[in-house]
Amino acid sequence: MIKKTVQNVEEALTGIKDGMTLMLGGFGLCGIPENSISELVKKNVKGITCISNNAGVDDFGLGLLLQGKQIKKMISSYVGENDEFERQMLSGELDVELTPQGTLAEKCRAAQAGFPAFFTPAGYGTEVAEGKETREFNGKMYVLEEAFKADFAIVKAWKGDTAGNLIFKGTARNFNPCMCGAAKITIAEVEELVPAGELDPNQVHVPGIFVQRIFQGKDYEKRIEQRTVRSRN
Amino acid sequence: MLDKTGIAKRIAKELKDGYFVNLGIGIPTLVANYIPTGIEVEFQSENGVLGMGPFPFEGDEDADIINAGKQTITTLKGASFFDSVTSFAMIRGQHVDLTILGAMEVSENGDIANWKIPGKMVKGMGGAMDLVASAENIIVAMMHTNKRGESKLLKNCSLPLTGVGCVKKIVTNLAVLEVTNKGFKLLERAPGVSVEDIQKATEGTLLIEGDIPEMILN
Repeated sequence: MIKKTVQNVEEALTGIKDGMTLMLGGFGLCGIPENSISELVKKNVKGITCISNNAGVDDFGLGLLLQGKQIKKMISSYVGENDEFERQMLSGELDVELTPQGTLAEKCRAAQAGFPAFFTPAGYGTEVAEGKETREFNGKMYVLEEAFKADFAIVKAWKGDTAGNLIFKGTARNFNPCMCGAAKITIAEVEELVPAGELDPNQVHVPGIFVQRIFQGKDYEKRIEQRTVRSRN
Repeated sequence: MLDKTGIAKRIAKELKDGYFVNLGIGIPTLVANYIPTGIEVEFQSENGVLGMGPFPFEGDEDADIINAGKQTITTLKGASFFDSVTSFAMIRGQHVDLTILGAMEVSENGDIANWKIPGKMVKGMGGAMDLVASAENIIVAMMHTNKRGESKLLKNCSLPLTGVGCVKKIVTNLAVLEVTNKGFKLLERAPGVSVEDIQKATEGTLLIEGDIPEMILN
C-alpha cells in the first residue's frame, strides 16, 4: 500500500508556498479543513488564490487568512457574512471572482475528471458570461467554463483510512469530494483516521486514489453559523 | 394586500404531490410551513440535502447538518446527503421540479435580477444563476414594489441579471401573474386589491383579460 499518512498538519502542508492556488472544501463553516486553515495562518503563506465556495466569517474559517492579508484572490459563489472581506474587496486589496455555485463545483469536478472545459446554462446572458464562448444546443444557450487549475486541494472528511479513502457526514460533504484529485496534490484531514481495511469499501465516498496525504485532525470546533432551533413544547 | 406570510401561503397552493422543490432564502423559506394537506413534497437544499425537515429541537443541533442559509436543520425519512456536484446535477439536469426564489426585479420577458446592486457590496450569486438557468418551473416571490414605491415588474431589468427569459410565474403582495410572450398576464388579485392598483404598481406590460378573480388562500 502506498504511504499516505502524515504525522501532523505541519507535514501535511509541506510544499505550500506564496502565490499558490489552493482549493478548500466546505460550505459556510460546515466541513471546512479547520486544522489546515490554522496551519496556513501559522505558516503565513502570502498571495494565495483561494478556490472555496465561501470566505468564512471574520474570526473563523478563511476569515482568519483574510485577517492576515494572506489571500490575493478569492474564487467563490457567495462571500457575505464577513466585514474584513468587504473592506479588502472595496479597497481593492482583494481580487474577487464570483462564480455560480454549480459552475464552481463543476470546474472542480472537471479538473478532477480530466475535462478542460464544459458547457453550462448558468450565467448565460449575465455578466458571468462576458468574454466567454457561448453555444446553442437543442435551442438553449450555454456558456463555456474552464476547469480549475490548482496546486493543492485541502479537504476535510469525517472518517478516513491510511489508504486515503474518505467518508463524509451530513452536509459537511459539500465541495470536499469534487476537490479531491482536482489539484496536483490533495491533502485530507479527518476526524478519525483508521487503518486500511477498517472502512467498509461499500461505504467509501471518495476512493483513496484521489488523496495523496491524510492525517488525523484535532480540536474541531465545528462552529455553527446560524443556530436555528424549535421549542420542545 | 398580502404580507410575506400571505405570499408564502398562496405559493404553497402551487405545490403538487411528489414535487422536489428548492426554496430560496426569505419569503420562499416560509412556503414550507404551508404545504397543503394530502400532498407530499421533498425539499432540496443546494448545499447537499434532499428531504429537509424542520429546525432541530434545542440541544439537538448538529454543525454538520445545515441548509443553504447555513441554518441548522433536521432530515425526514427517506432523506439523503450528497456532494455539491450531485446537488447541481439535480438542479441543472432538471430533476428538481420547482424553484421558488426572491427577486429585486423581473422583466416582462421573464428576465430576473436578484444578486447585485451596483455600488453596493456584492455578496455573490450563490446557486441562483444555476437554479434560474435550469429550472423548468420558476416562481418568484416578492413585493410588487420596492421600498421607494417603484415597480419591480418592469419592461426591462435595470439591475445586473441573474438569468434571462426564465421566470414563469410571480406571486406578489398584490397579484399572481404569469409571464407570457406578450407581457405579464394578470391571473389573480390579492384580497382587497383592485386591477387599477395592480396596473399602477406595474411598469411592464400588464395583460388583463376578462374578470380577474380574487385569490383564495385557504
